[in-house]
Amino acid sequence: MSVAPSALPARVPRRAGDRVADVLFHGLTLIPALAALALVIAIGWKVADGSRLAFHKFGLGFVTTAAWDPVKGVFGARDFILGTALTSAIALVLATPIAIAIGLYLSELAPRGVRDVIGALVELLAAIPSVVVGLWGILVLGPFLAQHLDPVLKSALGWTPFFKGDIPSAGTGMLTAAVVLTIMVVPIVASISRELFQSVPRELEEGALALGLTRWEMVRGVVLPSARPGIAAAVILGLGRAVGEAIAVTQVIGGFAGVSLSLFKPGDTLASRIASQYQGASTALQVSALVYLAAILLAISLVVNLLAQVIVRRFEFQRTGGS
Amino acid sequence: MSAAASWGRPSPRLRRRKAVNLLMEALATVAALVAVALLGTVIVSVLRRGLPAISLDFFTKAPAGFGAPGGGLANAFAGSLVIVAVAALIALPVGVLTALYLSEFAPKRLEETIRLALDVLNGIPSIVIGIFVFGILVLSHQQSGLAGSFALAIIMLPLIARSTQEVLRVVPETLREASYALGVSRWRTVVGIILPASIGGIMTGTMLAVARAAGETAPLLFTSSLTAPFVTWDPRQPLQSVPLTIFELSESPDPLDHARAWAAALALISFVLLASLLSRAMLARSRRKLGQVG
Repeated sequence: MSVAPSALPARVPRRAGDRVADVLFHGLTLIPALAALALVIAIGWKVADGSRLAFHKFGLGFVTTAAWDPVKGVFGARDFILGTALTSAIALVLATPIAIAIGLYLSELAPRGVRDVIGALVELLAAIPSVVVGLWGILVLGPFLAQHLDPVLKSALGWTPFFKGDIPSAGTGMLTAAVVLTIMVVPIVASISRELFQSVPRELEEGALALGLTRWEMVRGVVLPSARPGIAAAVILGLGRAVGEAIAVTQVIGGFAGVSLSLFKPGDTLASRIASQYQGASTALQVSALVYLAAILLAISLVVNLLAQVIVRRFEFQRTGGS
Repeated sequence: MSAAASWGRPSPRLRRRKAVNLLMEALATVAALVAVALLGTVIVSVLRRGLPAISLDFFTKAPAGFGAPGGGLANAFAGSLVIVAVAALIALPVGVLTALYLSEFAPKRLEETIRLALDVLNGIPSIVIGIFVFGILVLSHQQSGLAGSFALAIIMLPLIARSTQEVLRVVPETLREASYALGVSRWRTVVGIILPASIGGIMTGTMLAVARAAGETAPLLFTSSLTAPFVTWDPRQPLQSVPLTIFELSESPDPLDHARAWAAALALISFVLLASLLSRAMLARSRRKLGQVG
């Protein structure tokens, strides 16, 4: 950017009409620009306001209470918070190495023509609507996992708490939800990683190769360390996506208020519990409890997003040497 | 290291380093192939199971009753069309004007604040946006297509604003300076020079946002889901939509409903993927064109 428009001596419009129009135009663009800010504030306020009834009744104990009984009017978020944490954590553990490997393939290994095609395909994976991924998850992936992967996991790792119990016949459950989330997180982290790796200065890479390092040693010694903060931010953004995904998870997780470490069991996340109640919330208290869940979800996603922003800003600051 | 000794044939150490390198390269390649294979399986599943149920009736007839064969999802297609079109009508002007303000007028402080707000808005889970619109519009009145449009517009706004801002940034500074040097006023420069130069990019950004919004289910659950099983175009009524229909049909125990869900998924995925591909291609083209002007 050479000269900011505001620094230009453009304040000598020929006609008074133009001068008035400029002021009007400034105002006309300012008001919509404030809309985004107003929306963020309004969302925070409305979600807090809507959960007031449940907050008065249950207080902060809502977060640590395991209950969802519309008949008795008792609600709590503990199981859904744990379900969110468990499925998102597994999704990240599975997605991060795959996504980084894809990023490395696209930036370091792939021949030019192949790179653009595969890069575009990976981004298309992110464009598939979540309801379609969920449909595929419940009718194709779930039965596949139940028949082929689950028995293997059970016999090999059945002694751990994660793979105890019966294999779900329909293939719905927390494991399927975690795999579906993995599929949704991978393209996000992969395309950010790819850009990070591509922005690593060429001289550094070539210097490392000239010293006789193999390509992998160059990646481990030069590319990964210089992109590390960016990767952290990408993974955190992926976490935000996993935590907030409602539809696909609702379709495959089995909808169950109760928590178990076993991934074969059904469960619910914060987002999927809200989504699955869309026709069933009858009392004001139940609606308020749902909004309370939304408030917790909003708080988590705000923290996650701001954390990613902070890391990105710090990273850019380091990159440019603060100048 | 005894370099002299290993001259000629690779030392065991070098051989191991090369093997590790090869292994890692293979793993990275496999990871990329897995992603492509996943996309392939999803698309093949949707094609194979969706195609048989696609017919003219599917797009033009209202749903048959539960368990009955035949009928179509015309109500969902009509509803999606209305909801997404209204959402785009709201989000497009707000998004473009926001981007114009950020790139032409905003003081640095305010620009950073609004950009952060856009990023935060983009990161808010869509189900929470649905709950928000439910709270301000639905609780006091009733569900409606308009409420759904408003929720989708909130999702589209940051996408359109950010992509327009990117395009405006590529408009060559020389164009602006030339216009100001001729004594042209601020607003005439924007309307007459900057907008025409970036209109292609703005349109492709909007198309991407439309593709994203058309596939969103969560914001519609609480805003436009309690619908009648016939075709309406009136946005003051709750309107059925394609993604919501897929969601409902996928939870049904009836195999006929599953077939319908696959067919609807095929229609949706074709639209979304075509729109994404097309806008990506157009975006690349308009970037190149703008680059040549400067």
